[in-house]
Amino acid sequence: MAVTVKIPTQLRSVTGGEGETTVDGAATVGEVLDGLYDRFEGLRERIAEDGDLRRFVNVYVGGEDIRFLDGLDTSVEDGDEVTILPAVAGGS
Amino acid sequence: MPVQALACKECGTEYELEARYVCDQCFGPLEVQYDLGSLDAESVKRRIQAGPQNLWRYSDFLPFAQTPKYALPAGCTPLLRAPRLAEALGLREVWIKNDAANPTHSFKDRVVSVAIAKAQELGYRTIACPSTGNLANAVAAHAAAAGLESYVFIPADLEEQKILATGVYGTNLVKVRGNYDDVNRLCTELSADRDWAFVNVNVRPYYAEGSKTLAYEIAEGLGFELPDRVVAPVASGSLFTKIARGFDEWREVGLLAGETPTMNGAQAEGCSPVAQAFDAGWDICKPVKPDTIAKSLAIGNPADGPYALELARRSGGAIDAVTDDEIKAGIRLLAGTTGIFTETAGGVTTATLAKLAARGDIDPDERVVAVITGEGLKTLDAVRGTFETHEIDASVDSFDTALPAAAAV
Repeated sequence: MAVTVKIPTQLRSVTGGEGETTVDGAATVGEVLDGLYDRFEGLRERIAEDGDLRRFVNVYVGGEDIRFLDGLDTSVEDGDEVTILPAVAGGS
Repeated sequence: MPVQALACKECGTEYELEARYVCDQCFGPLEVQYDLGSLDAESVKRRIQAGPQNLWRYSDFLPFAQTPKYALPAGCTPLLRAPRLAEALGLREVWIKNDAANPTHSFKDRVVSVAIAKAQELGYRTIACPSTGNLANAVAAHAAAAGLESYVFIPADLEEQKILATGVYGTNLVKVRGNYDDVNRLCTELSADRDWAFVNVNVRPYYAEGSKTLAYEIAEGLGFELPDRVVAPVASGSLFTKIARGFDEWREVGLLAGETPTMNGAQAEGCSPVAQAFDAGWDICKPVKPDTIAKSLAIGNPADGPYALELARRSGGAIDAVTDDEIKAGIRLLAGTTGIFTETAGGVTTATLAKLAARGDIDPDERVVAVITGEGLKTLDAVRGTFETHEIDASVDSFDTALPAAAAV
């Protein structure tokens, strides 16, 4: 078991086309992302800036925005699904 | 026409005019760029005035090389002077831009027109959207008129009027168990793997351009002059920022002289992430879980929030929030002084205008425009119980008894 991560189309050029991947041994969302940064060169610059997520990046755990949880410190467990999505969609 | 490219609002990276809404480099939103320097103000003005009585008269400022042939034209809604409303608020010059007078009774007909015209140009046969209701109505109607298939995703608890006024057009109507932000996230995921044009997702840069036509119509209606102040609702913040962009483009071309109007944004307290950020001095919004009767403004995670904040501050305006009771009072105030029955979002706008006037933020000599974005018949529940009715027998005696003040002398 591990944490599943769903990758948006905009990032698949740096994940070798992968739309879904898994990360083992991560206890928080921040550690999940660090695992991805280690594996995919160029990913960190796309979605992070000065140690935090860029302002137009949304991350969800089990469908819940991590800003309603503990941000990058939000804990994750085996079997959780982490979704990265652009924030700019929508309009009433 | 001077449309050039898509460019990232954050880092400036440019892209072709295709179905793309996010910058690959930094995830920033993309916006359509124009070569406005190529436009001559007098020629543009002549083309506008000779144009059709709908938003396509502003084609010079829309993202098409040629004006599209379009089945269900929108725009050219009334701009009405509102002397009784102004008097009630202690102001001198108040105008109402009544965008309920569109084909599906909200400003969404503008954005959907541009999005669907672009989607057709790009070869899409299926149109879709996440919606709080008004957009659902517009997408279903415009797709039907164009002969395109459509999928409309709405929160399951939406007002019945908005559900009925969407389904009637023969769309695939999907009720999602969740709030708008959940629906929006789902559609963002769905859009990645389907060859559909989601009007406010993958073709959002074009969609958003439609809102500029509100500014053009206001300025043209005022005889090619700027208002001093605009009060408009804020949900995602797209409409609010695009109105200012419309004015700024016309200033740049030389169609308008003067400064960007003071821009006041209006939110409901039960979903006011932008107003809260404005008060706190933040440049980004903390998302909220919406709880308000103004469901068409119930976006807890506003995509253009940072730009709405920047605009309100730059123009000397503000973002304010009003309670559900103030929203109902706003609907009644507008109806009772102008004869215009607006939905809850218009109640938010009117109540915010009243709040600004009461607070002394508005100089009595200012020319103020309030943007009324939707129709009261879509949110009837909001006015239930806000007035009294008199049930009588069909006799004069019964009438005289029930309403003694109206009895014949």
